[in-house]
Amino acid sequence: MAKYLLYPGCSMESSAKAYADSLAAITKPIGLELEEIQDWNCCGATEYLGISLTPAYALITRNLALAAQQANGHRTVVAPCSACYLNLAKADYYMREQPKLGKMVNEALQAGNLSYKPGSLEIRHLLDVIIYDIGLENIKSKVVRPLTGLRVAPYLGCMVPRPDYEGRWSDHEHPVELDLLLKALGAEVIDFPLKTHCCGGHMTQIGPETAFELIRRLIASADQYQADLMATLCPMCQMNLDAYQSETNRHFGTNYHMPIVFFTQLMGVAFGIAPEKLGFGMELVSAKKALEKIGLEIPEQETLLTRPKKAEGLPMPKPLPLKHQVAKKDEVEK
Amino acid sequence: MTKTTTNQPDGQEKIGVYVCHCGSNIAGMVDVQQVAQWAGSRLKDRGVVVARDYKFMCSSLGQELIEKDIKELGLTRVVVAACSPHLHEKTFRTACERAGLNPFLCELVSIREQVSWVHTDKVVATQKSQAVVSGGVERVLHHEPLEPLTVPIHPDTLIVGGGIAGIQAALEIADAGYHVFIVEREPSIGGHMAQFDKTFPTLDCAACILTPKMVQAGTHPNITLLTWSEVEKVEGYVGNFDVTIRKKARKVNVEKCTGCGICQEKCPKKIIDDVYEAGLGYRKAIYTPFPQAVPKYPVLDVKNCIFFEKGTCKACQKFCPTDAIDFEQQDEILNVKVGNIILATGYDLFDARKVTNYGYGRLANVFTSIEMERLTNAAGPTNGQIVLRDGKTVPKAVGIIHCVGSRDRNFNNYCSVICCMQSLKFAHLVHERTGATVYNFYIDMRTPFKDYDEFYQRVLEESTLFVRGKVAEVTDAARLPGEEGKLIIQVEDTLAGKQRRIPVDMVILSTGLEPRRDSREVGKLFGISCSANGWFTEKHPKLDPVATMTEGIYIAGCAQGPKDIPASVAQGAAAAARVLGKIQQKEMALEPVRASVIEEKCSGCRICNNLCPFNAIFFHEDRMVTEINPALCQGCGTCVAACPAGAITGTGFSNEQVLAQIDGLLLLNVGDEPIPV
Amino acid sequence: MATPQTLDPPKAVPKMIEDLTLLEEVSARTAGVSRLEMCIQCGTCGGSCPSAADMDHTPRMLFAMLRAGMRQAALMSNTPWICVSCYHCVVRCPQNVHIADVMYTLKGMAIEAKLFQDSTAPDFSQTFVDMVEEYGRSYEFGLATRHYLKHFPLRLPGMAPMGMGLLSKQRMSITPTRIKDIKQLKAILKRAKEIEGDNHG
Repeated sequence: MAKYLLYPGCSMESSAKAYADSLAAITKPIGLELEEIQDWNCCGATEYLGISLTPAYALITRNLALAAQQANGHRTVVAPCSACYLNLAKADYYMREQPKLGKMVNEALQAGNLSYKPGSLEIRHLLDVIIYDIGLENIKSKVVRPLTGLRVAPYLGCMVPRPDYEGRWSDHEHPVELDLLLKALGAEVIDFPLKTHCCGGHMTQIGPETAFELIRRLIASADQYQADLMATLCPMCQMNLDAYQSETNRHFGTNYHMPIVFFTQLMGVAFGIAPEKLGFGMELVSAKKALEKIGLEIPEQETLLTRPKKAEGLPMPKPLPLKHQVAKKDEVEK
Repeated sequence: MTKTTTNQPDGQEKIGVYVCHCGSNIAGMVDVQQVAQWAGSRLKDRGVVVARDYKFMCSSLGQELIEKDIKELGLTRVVVAACSPHLHEKTFRTACERAGLNPFLCELVSIREQVSWVHTDKVVATQKSQAVVSGGVERVLHHEPLEPLTVPIHPDTLIVGGGIAGIQAALEIADAGYHVFIVEREPSIGGHMAQFDKTFPTLDCAACILTPKMVQAGTHPNITLLTWSEVEKVEGYVGNFDVTIRKKARKVNVEKCTGCGICQEKCPKKIIDDVYEAGLGYRKAIYTPFPQAVPKYPVLDVKNCIFFEKGTCKACQKFCPTDAIDFEQQDEILNVKVGNIILATGYDLFDARKVTNYGYGRLANVFTSIEMERLTNAAGPTNGQIVLRDGKTVPKAVGIIHCVGSRDRNFNNYCSVICCMQSLKFAHLVHERTGATVYNFYIDMRTPFKDYDEFYQRVLEESTLFVRGKVAEVTDAARLPGEEGKLIIQVEDTLAGKQRRIPVDMVILSTGLEPRRDSREVGKLFGISCSANGWFTEKHPKLDPVATMTEGIYIAGCAQGPKDIPASVAQGAAAAARVLGKIQQKEMALEPVRASVIEEKCSGCRICNNLCPFNAIFFHEDRMVTEINPALCQGCGTCVAACPAGAITGTGFSNEQVLAQIDGLLLLNVGDEPIPV
Repeated sequence: MATPQTLDPPKAVPKMIEDLTLLEEVSARTAGVSRLEMCIQCGTCGGSCPSAADMDHTPRMLFAMLRAGMRQAALMSNTPWICVSCYHCVVRCPQNVHIADVMYTLKGMAIEAKLFQDSTAPDFSQTFVDMVEEYGRSYEFGLATRHYLKHFPLRLPGMAPMGMGLLSKQRMSITPTRIKDIKQLKAILKRAKEIEGDNHG
């Protein structure tokens, strides 16, 4: 069984508890062994980088140094939170791109008797590990309650598919990984055009009106496509879209009700795990109604906003073959 | 003095050393006087009898200086310290020859490219120049007088690629009275130009100006047209190439076929035509790509033929009035002998699906430029109607995006040259045929040739809206009123300094040009190299743009780099002129710098066999030794360096010469006197 | 919105003086290789930016200002503070400029020079960082209360239901969590700040 070092990040213990609970519930069924990095600290989110360079990177890299000590032959660090994933990956990458940065950071780490050799760990997001290591076939085989009839908007946000220093994802703009996973769970996945657009990030805190507009775009688009809920993989995205949804509604005079859940919660549901063990009920915009749909007959929905599947008239170009990873995986699965 | 004494000359040689200032190119960083003086005194015991510096050694006065010394002082060896041998080796060798000295007793050492241009410290640069001169002196002592080889030149020419550049080259040579073979991979000649409707900046109908040339090429008594064919092997050397060509089975007997087209009409299998119709239209399993195809004979696409798939059908055969369909026909292998080869293999289009933020392949009404060419073409899938992917709706607003896949480090970092003018052409055609509002999104407008900017002015007059900004994304996610059901182009209007969202019905991506996907393999087949991006490399980017480093192989058109039709035609004609020049010489002298194998030393390991970039190395299985064809060898030295047994030696590059040169270079380090500066 | 405030208005300097060291400084202070000098002013960044409407300059304009040495105007710009770090511009930039990281650098430089129009964002970052430096973890409740009290007092009643919701659903903890070896972290950060000071002090 593959073993990974887990960097949970602060949100998993607070605002994204549902993510933590559901992740804990699905690791066993899919055979994912996660070992938490001992005494990890906050990655600094998007805040520390804007204050001071060396301290920000030292803060991030302390976690990598601890992980490397603990690694014991393993070298993959898994982060479920987008910002954590990006910060860890970014520090590792930039210290390689610019050795001077690595030198300064290590000099700082020495004050705590720590050191880290850039490139010695592999930093990956949880979804990446689930799709490419655990594999879709494996996941499909665990599904006992397919999400048939549930229309899901796959929402990745920004920092997982971008900037993607190591080229782990199928695309920067329209990656397919989350779609494939949700489809494997039996869900009806909408071709969500804004799947990697921004949730507003920290603007909910410092420029709410900027943030509300970004939140509106996402929810309105998912609503246009008549999604029952949005599945996300980032605590910040979930928080902004869920907790600030009512304020956004108030700001624009709209009345959206779009539940935002973590993809791990949906995996748990499909694996037959009780919803209460998966953190359902913690969302401020309730997913209750959406959940009720699962297992019900799919109603005839003619007016749904979808892209035409088959163009009449002139033929469409063939889709570009997926990047090596997905393509290879698919071959193996076939 | 230690090492160099082992190479003590017999004292008979009289060497002249000439140090060039190259204006300030060399003299600005190297104390040339000092170098000359030093050589005259320090290298006296090595045979240097005269050492001079001069402002421009390559000028006629500079050359006369050398000639005079040879005659008056009886020089037997000459060393010129100047620029790279690429530039002026020939100049100085010729000067020596004029003065009666065998030209191969002259050695040119580079103190410009390898010294003055790359150093910033004058003291060090001067010392290095002295070392380089010393190396040249040691080396030249081991030179031998050589006589150039002459080879006859076969008067026939092979042209690979039947696009406009290849056709032009073929017609020029054929009209001059020499025979040409055109090898074209597709069923017809014509290339990309045959797909276009109008050509910028004059908007001539592409077919109207291209088809007469195609017909000429197809009927010319001096042209053998080999379409649906590919070159498999190239052996030999300039003047004497042996080329193996695979003529793929057409499954049509061209002796009998009249090109009536009934077979295509009756064929029940319809396939999307990815090549000629750019995926926008259909063809049959037996087809000629377009009505004016040359030759007129169709080709049967075995992969898509029902008969070859299921064993029944044969509709084409049943209906053919002349019994020309031949399901048994096999590929033919032809061998032709030619003296020169022109590669005019063209380009491929950038795959716009890679720019996922522009939505091509995902959003129905995003089109590529080649799709647009087919849409505007009267013989295209919509008979020239500019409509959306539904096949009927005429767009009211159209956005044309420049630089798609070009000038972008995520894809290709070069400018594709044709896209600005192509985009202007589309703007004009859309305006003329639909009356739609047209936007052009550009980074920089590049309209540099004759009548091009005038065309830009004309399109401006037609009220085309120009937005300076590289488009960020094309999306169908409506955000604002008026965006529903549209494609929204999101861009920073950099001149207004504001982000804009512009709803349109249709987006045209002006996709860039790329080298042919197999350009590297083709380059290897013909023994020529490619640039980092994959374009064929010319001999000199400015002064020899259609020749290559391999004698007898020329390039023309987009195979050398992105260019438009006028430039491709000019290059086709230029390559033809070069070939005609060679043919007229009837025989040519080859540089006698060649590698040869010392058979007793060759162990038959064959390490060198595949390394030769010019395919000059042959292996004798019977004797288990390698031999180098002196006419093919270009003297690059790769095999000499690779041979583990030291069995290969190069005239002009023998171990003796190279080691002597190294000794010379190290003279300053082993000398018994302080470094003189 | 809170009223914009400027801390310590900048000293007057003669107009039209170009500070040609600016671009180099920004580049040097950015993590990794910024490639800022490679900008061709195509506007891909400004076109991609989801929050460009609220910026006083598009990122492209800001880069032009850096090139022109307009130190004060560039550091006063709200653009870096409105950047949401979505990295759309970064992956689309045809010249591979590390745009998002340049924004971080500009924020740091603006704080250092005390040049910003609105202290909300810098305060938020600073408060966040203070909490992290104190506990080793982020402390959302402390951050939210301190930050909202200062900058959005009028918003608090509206925010209360959400805050209560988060609290009642155990998605926010009233007490902070502290890492075990906070001493080690503090020592590292102290040393890091000294190094940073040596570099750009």
